[in-house]
Amino acid sequence: MKFEIFVTLKKEVLDPQGKAIENALKNIGFRNIETVRQGKYFSITIDEEDINKAKHIVDSACKKLLSNETIEEYKFKLVK
Amino acid sequence: MKVNIIVFPGSNCDRDIKVALERFQIKCKMIWHGETILPKSDLVVLPGGFSYGDYLRCGSMASKSIIMKEVIKHASYGGLVLGVCNGFQILTESGLLPGSLLRNHNLKFICKHVNLIVKNNKTQFTNCYAKLDKITIPIAHNEGNYYADKNTLRVLEDNDQIVFQYCDENYIINNQGNPNGSSLNIAGVINKNKNVLGMMPHPERSVENFLNKDDGINFFESLLK
Repeated sequence: MKFEIFVTLKKEVLDPQGKAIENALKNIGFRNIETVRQGKYFSITIDEEDINKAKHIVDSACKKLLSNETIEEYKFKLVK
Repeated sequence: MKVNIIVFPGSNCDRDIKVALERFQIKCKMIWHGETILPKSDLVVLPGGFSYGDYLRCGSMASKSIIMKEVIKHASYGGLVLGVCNGFQILTESGLLPGSLLRNHNLKFICKHVNLIVKNNKTQFTNCYAKLDKITIPIAHNEGNYYADKNTLRVLEDNDQIVFQYCDENYIINNQGNPNGSSLNIAGVINKNKNVLGMMPHPERSVENFLNKDDGINFFESLLK
């Protein structure tokens, strides 16, 4: 099974890199851009047939390593 | 006093802290991160550097190293643990200290001497400093912007867990003296039990006069007191 995982900074945590990217986009003419938040993307394949078990593994991996719950939040989806 | 210095792939201040500790006749052992046994010691040091090339998040990979289980055990028994710079990031990632270290607010790597106030001089790491002592120690980091939520910051203040704070040249704690955007100008925090300290400034780079300043001397003398 294959999952896509997205990790981003929590809304209340300032994202200076996102802000710098936002400004750069505006500088090259993307006037309508309002905000940019940057994050991380992971693609993970798991050798597990049971969807619930696989989801539990991904969730646990997000909690234990892929994200830091002090500053980040995550979401994931099954892709195949 | 016996000290174990943990060496991760990418640590680069491990030799510096050893030289500084040995200047005070403190015996040091270098321990590779893949070791399963941590020899008995009074203090474990997680040195500065770029463990695992700062992959994923600074300190995150190192915090899952095999030896870290033993370091956490050592801390739970009341043993002293010091994390400097990347070591501080490893301590927050491992859960031994609250909060997290974000990218500097100006997105720049900052390498310079900074002014600090010793907020808590009643720890095993700072007892040779005066209360609210004014000191100057170098920093060198890209992710030193300490972040914790409001409740955690309140707990840190209430329990006297803030050990060092950045300040301006007149030793006033304000935005001007805050190099990286840290919450409450925090440069170093200690755990509730006061045996695990994390700090971004490098005291090991401040023990010889020819290195411009030697305000780190009292830090190492505190360990021996």
